Amino acid sequence: MLELALFYLAAGISLVSTILAVTRVNATHALIYLIISLLASAIIFYLVGAPFAAVLEVVIYAGAIMVLFVFVIMMLNLSPAGEAIEHRWLQPRMWIIPALFCTLLLAEITYMLSRGDNLLMGHMVGPKAVGLELFGPYVLAVEIASMLLLAGLVGAFHLGRRYLTELREETS
Amino acid sequence: MTEVVVIPMEHGLLLAAILFLIGLLGVMVRRNILLILMSLEIMLNACGLAFIVVGAHWGQADGQIMFMLILAIAAAEVSVGLGMLLQVHIRIGTLDIDLASRMRG
Repeated sequence: MLELALFYLAAGISLVSTILAVTRVNATHALIYLIISLLASAIIFYLVGAPFAAVLEVVIYAGAIMVLFVFVIMMLNLSPAGEAIEHRWLQPRMWIIPALFCTLLLAEITYMLSRGDNLLMGHMVGPKAVGLELFGPYVLAVEIASMLLLAGLVGAFHLGRRYLTELREETS
Repeated sequence: MTEVVVIPMEHGLLLAAILFLIGLLGVMVRRNILLILMSLEIMLNACGLAFIVVGAHWGQADGQIMFMLILAIAAAEVSVGLGMLLQVHIRIGTLDIDLASRMRG
C-alpha cells in the first residue's frame, strides 16, 4: 500500500506545517510553513486525480497569493532596523524543518512521476473535462468570479495608493 | 493494469476538517492581522481540499471548478485584506488587532 503511504505522508506534512504556521511568533516563519502546507495540498490534489487543481494550487496559491504576503512583509519593515530583525529571524537552523518537509515532498513527486504507470487514486478528472464544464454550465460563475477579481483589484489599488501617498508625506 | 488504490474519502474530508479547525483557531487566537489573514487562507484552502476530495470521489469536474472559484475568492479577499492591513499600519502604527479595535472615534 505504498500509494496510500504517499497520501498519508503528504497529509501529515500538511497538518504539521499548518500547525507550525499558526503557532509561529513572527510572520516570515509562518509564511514559510504555510507555503509548505500548500505544496503538500498540491501533492494530495495530484494523488486524488486532480492534476489541474494541483498546478493551480502551486501557481496561484503558493505562488501569487503568498507573494502578496511577502510584499506586505517587505513593505512593513523598510528600514535598516527591519533588515537587522530579518537577519536575526532567518537563522540557518530555522531552515532545517522546512527543508526537510520540502525534500520529502520533492521525493514524493519524483517517485510519482518516475513510475511508468500513472499513479491514480480515485477518478482522474483531466484539464479538458474541467475546461468543458467550466465554460459550459458554469460560465455564469466565471463571469461572477471575474467581477469579483475586478472589485478586488479596484479595492486593493484604492487602499494601497493612499498608503503610499501617506508614507511619502510622513517621510518628507 | 494494476489494481487501483482509492484513497478513502473520509480521510481526505477529515484532513480538510482538521485544517479548517486549525485555521479557525488561528483566526480566534492570533492577534497579528497578518497572521489572521494567513489563517483565513488556511481555512479557504481546507474548503478547496474538501471540494477536490469529494469531486474526485465521484469523478466529477465540479469539485475542481469550485476550487477555482475559491481561488478567485481567496485572491480578491487577500488583496483587499492586505490593503486594509497597510491602512491600519499607517494609521495606528501597529498590527495588533486589539489595539485597532480599541481606537474609537
